[in-house]
Parts: sequence; C-alpha cells; structure tokens
Amino acid sequence: MTYLLRRLVFYLLAAWASVTLAFVIPRLMPGDPEATMFARFHGKLDPEAMTALRRTFGFSDEPMWRQYLDYLGHVATGDLGTSVSYFPARVGDVIATGMIWTLFLAGLAVVLSYALGTLAGILAAWRRGRWLDAVGPPLLVLLGAFPFFWLAMLLLFLFGYTLGWTPVRHAHDSQVSPGWTLGFAWSVISHAALPAITIVVATAGSWMLDMRNTMIGILGEDYITMAHAKGLAPRRVMFRYAARNALLPSVTSFGMALGFVLSGSLLTEIVFSYPGQGYLLIQAVRSLDYPLIQGLFLTITLAVLAANFLVDVVYVWLDPRARSRGAP
Amino acid sequence: MNTLRALFRHRRALFGFATLMVFALVALVGPWLVGDPAAQVARPLSPPSWSHWLGTTGQGQDVLAQTVAGARTSLVIGFTVGLAQVTIGALVGTTAAYVGGLFDDACTLVINVFLIMPGLPLMVIVAAYLPTGSVTIALVLVATGWAWSARVIRAQALSLRDKDFVLAARIGGERPLRIVAFEIVPNMTSLLTSAFIGATIYAIGAEVALEFLGLGDVSHVTWGTNLYWASNDSALLTGAWWTFVPTGACVALVGFALAMINTAIDEVGNPRLRAEPAYDAALARAGLRPGLSTPVLRREVR
Amino acid sequence: MTMMESDQLLRVEDLRVEYLTEAGRVRVVDDVSFNLRRGEILGLAGESGSGKTTIALAILRLLKPPAVITGGSVVFEGRDLLSLGEVELRRLRGRKIALVTQSAMNALNPVLSIGEQLADAIREHERVGRRSALERARRLLDLVDIDPDRVRSYPHELSGGMRQRVVIAMAMALSPSLVLMDEPTTALDVAVQREILARIARLRQERDFSILFISHDLSILLELCTRIGVLYAGRLVEAAPARRLLGSPQHPYTGGLIRCFPHADEAPGPRPRLVGIPGAPPDPRDPPPGCRFHPRCGQRLPACQRSAPALTTVATDHEVACHLTRS
Repeated sequence: MTYLLRRLVFYLLAAWASVTLAFVIPRLMPGDPEATMFARFHGKLDPEAMTALRRTFGFSDEPMWRQYLDYLGHVATGDLGTSVSYFPARVGDVIATGMIWTLFLAGLAVVLSYALGTLAGILAAWRRGRWLDAVGPPLLVLLGAFPFFWLAMLLLFLFGYTLGWTPVRHAHDSQVSPGWTLGFAWSVISHAALPAITIVVATAGSWMLDMRNTMIGILGEDYITMAHAKGLAPRRVMFRYAARNALLPSVTSFGMALGFVLSGSLLTEIVFSYPGQGYLLIQAVRSLDYPLIQGLFLTITLAVLAANFLVDVVYVWLDPRARSRGAP
Repeated sequence: MNTLRALFRHRRALFGFATLMVFALVALVGPWLVGDPAAQVARPLSPPSWSHWLGTTGQGQDVLAQTVAGARTSLVIGFTVGLAQVTIGALVGTTAAYVGGLFDDACTLVINVFLIMPGLPLMVIVAAYLPTGSVTIALVLVATGWAWSARVIRAQALSLRDKDFVLAARIGGERPLRIVAFEIVPNMTSLLTSAFIGATIYAIGAEVALEFLGLGDVSHVTWGTNLYWASNDSALLTGAWWTFVPTGACVALVGFALAMINTAIDEVGNPRLRAEPAYDAALARAGLRPGLSTPVLRREVR
Repeated sequence: MTMMESDQLLRVEDLRVEYLTEAGRVRVVDDVSFNLRRGEILGLAGESGSGKTTIALAILRLLKPPAVITGGSVVFEGRDLLSLGEVELRRLRGRKIALVTQSAMNALNPVLSIGEQLADAIREHERVGRRSALERARRLLDLVDIDPDRVRSYPHELSGGMRQRVVIAMAMALSPSLVLMDEPTTALDVAVQREILARIARLRQERDFSILFISHDLSILLELCTRIGVLYAGRLVEAAPARRLLGSPQHPYTGGLIRCFPHADEAPGPRPRLVGIPGAPPDPRDPPPGCRFHPRCGQRLPACQRSAPALTTVATDHEVACHLTRS
C-alpha cells in the first residue's frame, strides 16, 4: 500500500469515528438529550416535520443499529437537519455560508503564519545566538501564551475601537454589495486584516520554535558538512540542504496542529463577529441549536481531515522516501 | 537530580518557577485579602482608581478581586486536568508500547483519531450536552486532550522498551506492570514533566476559551467567566479595557512561565539547542563574529 | 630544499584546535605538524577521539562551534588557509580541496537526487547550465562504475557501497588537487571495502591528485598510503613511510597498533595471539601530563610522566615523539 493510500484509509476511519461520536455523545449523556435537543422546536414545527428531524439524528423507537444506519444515511447525503437559530434554514445551508469565510480567513492566516514562522525559524537556527535567535523565540512564546481570543480583543480594542484604523466587525461593509469589484475586495481585505494578524501573531511562534529546533538538529548532519565542503553558497546550503530537510517533520506537525489552530481562529471570528464557522458555533451554543452544533462539529472535523490529506500530499511531494517506501 | 540542579541554574527556568510561585501564592491566600468578587462594590465600569486598583466590571464588581479569585479556580482546573491528561497518556502510551503488536496498532489509531479531531468543536459538542460547571469543563478537557501526552509518551516508551535494562528485567521474569512502573516510567521523568506542563498550558487556555464561549457555569468566578462577562458587557464598545486586560495578562503570564520551564527542560535534555556562551564570548573578545567557517583565534585569549 | 618546497602541496604546522565549552577549553588537536607532497597518499591513523577527523575538517575550516583553531598554519599551494576569508575559502572548497566523509549513509542530502547534488557542486564553481552539469554528473557516475541513469535516483535507493562511490564521484567533480578522505570505507562490509579502495587507487592513477587518507585501520593505510602519521590523543606520535613504519615502528603505540592486526603475508600455522594495547585513550578534558601515552605504555621511563617528548627525526622521513628514542 502506498503512503497516501494508507493515509486516506486513516482519514476515512477518523471521519467515521467523528460521525459516530456525534451520534453516540447525545445518547451517552445523562438526562433526555432528545428532549433537550428538540424542545426548542416545539411550536415551530408541525409534528410531521418533527418526526423527520428526529429521524435525521436517528432518534426513533427503532433498535439502536437501525437508528445508527438511518443517521449514517442522512449524514452521507449531506442532510444535517434544520437549524433552530436560523429557522427554517437547513443546517447545511447555514454552514455553507460560514464555511467560505472561515476557509478564507483561517486558510490565509494559517498559511501566512506558517510561512513566516518557518522562515524565522530557519534564520534563527542558521544564525545561532544572534539577535533573531535570542529575541525571537521567547517573545513569540510570550505572544503564543495569550489566549487567542484575548489577543483578538486587545487588538480589536486598540486598532479597531481606540485608533479606528480597522473595521470592528463583520466580513465586509454592508453598504458594499458583494461582487468582483475593487471596492468589495478592499472591504473584504480590510475586514480580514486584523483577525488574520491576530492568528498570525498567536501561532507564528510555535512554528518558529519548531523549525528552529529541527533545523539545529539537521545542521549537525553530515550532509550539511558535505554541502559546505562542496563550496556551496551559504544561502544554498541553508535552504536547499538544511531547510528542505527540516521542513519534513515541520510539515507533519503542521498537519497535526491544524485542528488546534483552527479552534483558535474560530474564537477569533467570534471576537470580530466574523461570519464564519466560529461565529455560527457561538450562535448555536447560545441558542442551544443542537442540530447546528452537530453539523458544525462534523463539517469542521471533515475539513480538518481534508486539509491533513492535502498536507500529506505536500509531504509526499517533498520527501522522495515517502514516495517509494511509505513511512513518513 | 542533575537535571533538577541544571534547571535551577537555568535563567528562564528560574523565571518560570518564580512566576508560578507568585501565582500559587495569590491563588492560595489571595482570595482572603481581597473582598467578595461577586459583590457589587461600586458604579459599574468605573476605571482603575485608588479604591479599586483595577476598576470595576459591568456589574460593579471589583476586577482585582475577580482576577485573584479566578486564579484559584483556573489554576486548580488547569493543573488537575494537566495531571489527569498525563496520567491517562502515560497509562495508554506505556501499555501500548510495552504490549506492542495489534494492541499497539489499535491504541495508536485511537490516539491519532483524537489528535486529528479539532479540539474546540469537539469540546463544544460534549460540553453542550452536559450540565454546566467546572467538573464538566475538566472532564471535557481531559477527554479531548489526553492523546497529545499519549503520543509522545508512547514514542519514548517504545524506544525504552528495547533498552538493555528493560530486556534484562524481562528475561529476569519481572511482571510487566512492575517493569513499566519501575523500569520504564522512572526513565521518562523529564518527558513526563514536559508533557504535564504542555497539558497544563493547554488546559488553562482551553478552559478559558470554553468558559468564554459561555459553556461554563457563568455564575462562578474564573478567568474564563471573567472574560465572558467582559465580552457580554461590551467591554470593547465602552472602552473598559480594564475588565479584560488583567485576566488575559494573567493567563498569558502563567502560560509563558510554564512554557519557559518547558524550553529549559528541552535545553537541559538536548544541549545542542543551547547556544555556546563560552564560544560566543571568546569570539566577541577577539572581535570576531560567528561565521560559517571555523574561526582562528591565534592569540591566547583568557 | 627549494625543490622540496615546490613539491609540497599541503603543509600543516603546529595546528592546534580547541573546544571552548562552558566547562573550559578542551584541546583536541595539539600542535600537529605534517606535510603532504604532490601525488602522495598520506595516511593518518588513530583511534576514535585521536583528533584525525578534526584535522581534516580544520584544514577545510569546517569545524562547528564550539571548535576554534587556536594556533598553527595550514599552507595549501602556498596560501595559509587559516588567514583566508569566507569567500576565498568557499572558492577553494570542492574545487581545490574535496572531502569524502565518514559515513556515506548520511553524507548525501536525502531529498535531492544524486544528479542534482553532483550538479550543485559543479554549478557553484563553474558557469555551466543545468543540462550540461547533469551531463557531467552522468560521466562522474560512470567514472565510479555506477550506471549514469542513476542520476535521477535518490540516496535511499542506493546501496551503501554505491552511496560511498557517489560521494567519491562528488569529490572528483571539479578535479581537485587534494582529496581528504575520512574513513571512506568504515561502514561498509569487507568485499565492498576492497572494491572502493581499488577504485580510489585507480582513480588516483588516472587523475592527478593527492589524498589525505584518515582511518583507524592501520592495515588499510599500510596497503594504500605512501606515508603514514600516527595520532594519539590529539598529538602526532610517529610519521614514516608506510614500509618503514611496518618494518620498524619506533613508538610503543605504533608497535601496539601493528601487533593488533594479523598480517596477510604471515606464514601459515598457529597465529600469534593478538596483542592489544591495555587501557583506553585519555579523556581529552583531562589529559595525563607528559607523554599522553605513558599510562598505557609498557616501556615508560620516569621522564615520560614529566615532559612531553618532541617530534624528532630518527631517520630520513621518519619522525617519532618518544623519550625512548631520544636516549
């Protein structure tokens, strides 16, 4: 089995596990989750619609395995039920609107943060003991120690409310109509800037430390000495020989940290009232919109799994050994 | 023991320990020194003044009292959860590594599934169905965070399993549980410590995040609920920075102190990560900058 | 004398290398001197920790922190390498002096194809295009008996012996006048070892270059080298032409090393018991006073504990640092 195929099987397993978890959790909890879950629909839905909704989540009088199969069927066809807080919108449609913004904001910020942090880590390791190596890691660890959303609050307070440099909420100006126009693009960028900076500031440090420590290990390898002995220019040794190898474990930990970073970016969305998944999540929690909570859990988890698969593809592209042998 | 002595000579580790001690002291005796954090003592949202050093909240409560009282609950939850995560991680990690075979494969799979699931949505979905409160939060954090410890501990246990002294104990007919408890675990103390610290940092941050979302018991005073109320009372809109800055700074300071201890442990265990102070100093005295080629210091520098 | 000097390719004089650690300075190479003539294969023998690898890397100025060169000179083709700047050193490395490192396992970058790694060396020093650099890489592989189509292979796809040959090909890439070989055959099994040594000997006949060959295995050096220097705990204890070293070793340590291995030309019959050298080399952080070998030496004199013997000429081209030969 090739490496990618093995990973794919793992992601399918993980996807199945999270879908099942979403089924099991309400049934494991004390009390009557079904009642709590659907109490809020009372008066909103007619009995027939209620039954349909129940079936979506597998709640019925049928045996457990039957309920489970029903539920799996609905999830597989993308039927995640009806939202309470956005009634009568379907959960799938509600999530779809938020997904675009989260992908845009988190995707942009995470890639930017990883690129900047990794580059700083390469330079810090290359110039051991110089200023970047001395000042960078502790400073960024300090920044990384702040709760994401608190950092968001602070930056929003300073640059949004006090200085008035940036918009304080939403993904774009409500007066600018969405479309492929320069005005709209500018509105989107100016709204995303501060949340994105928050995420970059909060996470770049861990990438930097990670890369620095791996680089220092790699710099002790024989092939680095050989590269110098060939008379290669320092820049070439640094990137093509050292960083290229240090990137491999770094990419792996990037994949593993994605879930954590995404969690932080969801919290950032909440502070900035940015209409992504995180904002939906808090709406769902506040109005106890269980179908939406569940739907968000599933889509976010599946998105993280998909992103991890992408990371694996990049890994295989970077490491010739993974192409032939299979083990990372 | 040598590790411990080296740690106490490490500047960053010392800073970390000192900061933690201060916070421990505040958490321990602080609540008796400040007033009732829940009592309304002044006009809501009054800025810092002589009578209320850190101002008041949207409910007119003293921010200093709330921050100090929050320290106790948040630190207790943080350290308890950290300990629980590492204990479970150590149990799963060492058993998986020691037993090996299919059992190990199964454990690794479970660990990896838990690792890859994004923490926050998982915590939210579990917490949403449970009654609110500190115990719920703690349980949720342990359930979603143990896999990180399990992963690193398993990796280390796996390498220890094939070491001579473990093999000797095995051939000597020691019981597996004894081998794990007396041969493997004592050789992982620095890893266990750093896993514990990592888990605690995570727990404190995640606890604050969950409560900020309103998933905790909002009538309790913790660092998380402080931020929840600050945000609920439109602290940003009204410019009441003092309602959220102190708590966040405390969370960050504790996290930073713990992280400093952790990097110190890393450096003591892996000296390559440290710069070479003696080398750098000698070069500086000779007026040389460290470069890529081996420096030549012809004169005897003392 | 002038003829001698023009004949010299590399002259290492009183080379001293120290590690500047927190615990203090550790001298790992202590006033080592030797010279290497054009066309010669000079061997450096010694146990691990004797400073032989350090000497090779010091010549290229590639020792990593906390290593510092604290004295001596390394004159190569008339220039002292210890006073060159970064750029001049870089122009020299690979082009004039090449290195073949200890373990071929780790000497190649795992994520670049061997063709790219060979081409990197060529393109750094000469203005050639990618395509022609790769063409030269193919010829270099051919030179070391590897299928030229292997330029596209990655290190992990090659056997240990093949990797070592790639490293040798890499050293040949720019036709250097000196190749430093640091235990080039140690990690390989005996058959492959033979093959590589034969390859090196043949290459040296075809192309004109000198070799500084470093090994812990004196038997290999005796077979391959014209002259051999023996290192002990960072000091050169004896240097002589290979034949002479084997025939009449003067230093007790050299004698011990030679008695350590069975001779190929030995008469059949019951082998004499291998006589090792008792004890272990000293800790470089705390070397014994006087002659560093005295704690392990069976013939030590009272003077050996007090003063370090200087390297003295006992015969043409044969130098020894031992109090025994003084008297």
